[in-house]
Amino acid sequence: MSVSSATPYSPRTQPPILSQTHSQNISQNQLHYQPQGNPQNVSEHSQHNFAPSDKQKPIHPNKDPSHIQRKPKKRTLQKIIKQRWLFAMLIPGVVWMIIFNYIPMYGIVIAFKDYTVFDNIFSAPWVGLKNFVEFFNDDKFWLVMRNTLGINAIKLAIGFPLPIALAILINEIRFVRGKKIVQTVSYLPHFFSWVVLGGMIITIFSETGIFNRAVNAMGLADGPVNVLTEARYFWGLFITSDIWKELGWNSIIFLAAIAGIDPALYEAASMDGATKIQKIWHITLPSIKGIITILLVLSISAILNTSVEQFLILQNPLNLEASEVIDTLVYKLGLQAGRFSYAAAVGLFKAIIALILLVSANYASKRFNDRAIF
Amino acid sequence: MVRSREQIIFDVVNYAIMIVLCIVILYPVWYVLILAFNEGIDAAKGGIYIWPREFTLQNVRVVFENAGILQSFAVTILRTVVGVITHVLFTATVAYALSKRRLVGRNIFITMGIITMFFNGGLIPTFLLIKNLGLLDNFFVYIIPTMFNFFELIIFLAFFRELPAALEESAFIDGANDFQVYIKIVLPLSLPVLATIALFNGVWHWNDYFTGLIYINSDDLQTIQTFLYRVIAQNSSSQMLQNTGGVAVFRSTTSRSLELATMVITTFPIVCIYPFFQRYFVKGFLVGSVKG
Repeated sequence: MSVSSATPYSPRTQPPILSQTHSQNISQNQLHYQPQGNPQNVSEHSQHNFAPSDKQKPIHPNKDPSHIQRKPKKRTLQKIIKQRWLFAMLIPGVVWMIIFNYIPMYGIVIAFKDYTVFDNIFSAPWVGLKNFVEFFNDDKFWLVMRNTLGINAIKLAIGFPLPIALAILINEIRFVRGKKIVQTVSYLPHFFSWVVLGGMIITIFSETGIFNRAVNAMGLADGPVNVLTEARYFWGLFITSDIWKELGWNSIIFLAAIAGIDPALYEAASMDGATKIQKIWHITLPSIKGIITILLVLSISAILNTSVEQFLILQNPLNLEASEVIDTLVYKLGLQAGRFSYAAAVGLFKAIIALILLVSANYASKRFNDRAIF
Repeated sequence: MVRSREQIIFDVVNYAIMIVLCIVILYPVWYVLILAFNEGIDAAKGGIYIWPREFTLQNVRVVFENAGILQSFAVTILRTVVGVITHVLFTATVAYALSKRRLVGRNIFITMGIITMFFNGGLIPTFLLIKNLGLLDNFFVYIIPTMFNFFELIIFLAFFRELPAALEESAFIDGANDFQVYIKIVLPLSLPVLATIALFNGVWHWNDYFTGLIYINSDDLQTIQTFLYRVIAQNSSSQMLQNTGGVAVFRSTTSRSLELATMVITTFPIVCIYPFFQRYFVKGFLVGSVKG
């Protein structure tokens, strides 16, 4: 189980429309001598948290709520039959979600079991927290935790502000054409796969690659620097390549927010003699504060969602000390060594930490900034 | 407006930063490109920085003559085409049903979907599910487990809500049912959003190597990215050469340059179409992140 949080979506918390609630509303409506059958009035007069009625309500005879009163009990079933085409379109999606989202969520129980290939999920014996205890006592526990948290914390500290800075700088370019070119170029690496990027990195940083030639030519090092195989370079390599790939792409959303700022603010500031830096500091940044906060909360909660694709590409047996993280461990334990239960427990442990991070980041943001995603 | 000295300095610094940024992004790409088009053994000597020293199309040709690589390309293309079509149509169809406020139990289904956006089973339970469904080492593992995505469903939902209701109403009065309205009226009007999602999903399908790595064993079914991963990360470049056959080829083409040529060919389609679809990408990104 893991908390995925690349999605700034705030769930609406409305209770489902139940048939009883609905008929109750209508009788209440009649007590008030309202003109009957107007859904707008029904919701105004009900104390229930009624879903707001669709503004684009079709004026279709079948949708007229007045006939509902006649058979209040059969209403839901009748409606479902009337909506059979909608349900035919919906049900495959619901079935898909149950199979591919909810069954794996249930499958997490194997973290508390001793699952082997000979069992199925149900028959495997329960072992309680044994797998978790084993992970906490594992030699690799602290190493993996240090790498996972360290790499991601540094990535966040550097990789989060840079796209904001880039968006501000792109916005200040005066030539439309220059702006377009910088945008096109900076979004480009986002479309390279990690495999191709890995191949590029190996080409550039190998012993005969351009990086080593340049470093030696400038006299910064004697002989080859083994960026790819020495553990101490891994964090830097990983974070740099990630920023190189996603910097431009991550700036899109800030650029859009900046484009929405009222130009009158800048004009007024110019009248008062504000410098460019002052305008950026006092107008641009405060104007996009909201979107920055929301994205920061989401990034903090995604801190453990390391991309296993990226790690597998840059990891090799020589730099394991710095490159082994929870996700790669789950992959190796589960899919390569076949220790499903143990790997599932490690994955669940990660998801719990991620959830705690999300909730606390959201709380902090609500407290200090009055903004939250839920 | 007279530009002050401070503004001029700001602009100069800004343009300098932008130029450096463009070089930092473009040069590594260029470097790989010239190596891929340089004669293999010559490239191994190093010293090629700006322009190929001994320009050749040999590397690219060898890639296209390699049956294994061609097979991987075919799998990748098939997987991308089938994957994108099924994904977009399936997600849009469910989204249309959920976009109707009159749908019975709509909030239950929406809540059910939102939960899937924040929680998932994780790698191991998902792997066991795929295994139990018999999708291991099966082409459909590329298609079915990624056919639906609730996040993209919300993008569709936002789009469908903004379509003028009058169009659908007139069709209902003419006696059409929901499905007919969806197929004949809503889908043709939704081409911009369908294209956006198709592009996002297409790039994902094209670039994904992890699915092939964990679920596929047979070489016939691996995608080009998985193939490249195995070559690059597992250092099995020599295998690649064994398949190429001819001794003449062996002399002038190193495994390294073959790898580079494959990388270039793999990335070429995306780099070609990307600038033309840039505004769709950007638009889709914004719809997805700002609305919701």
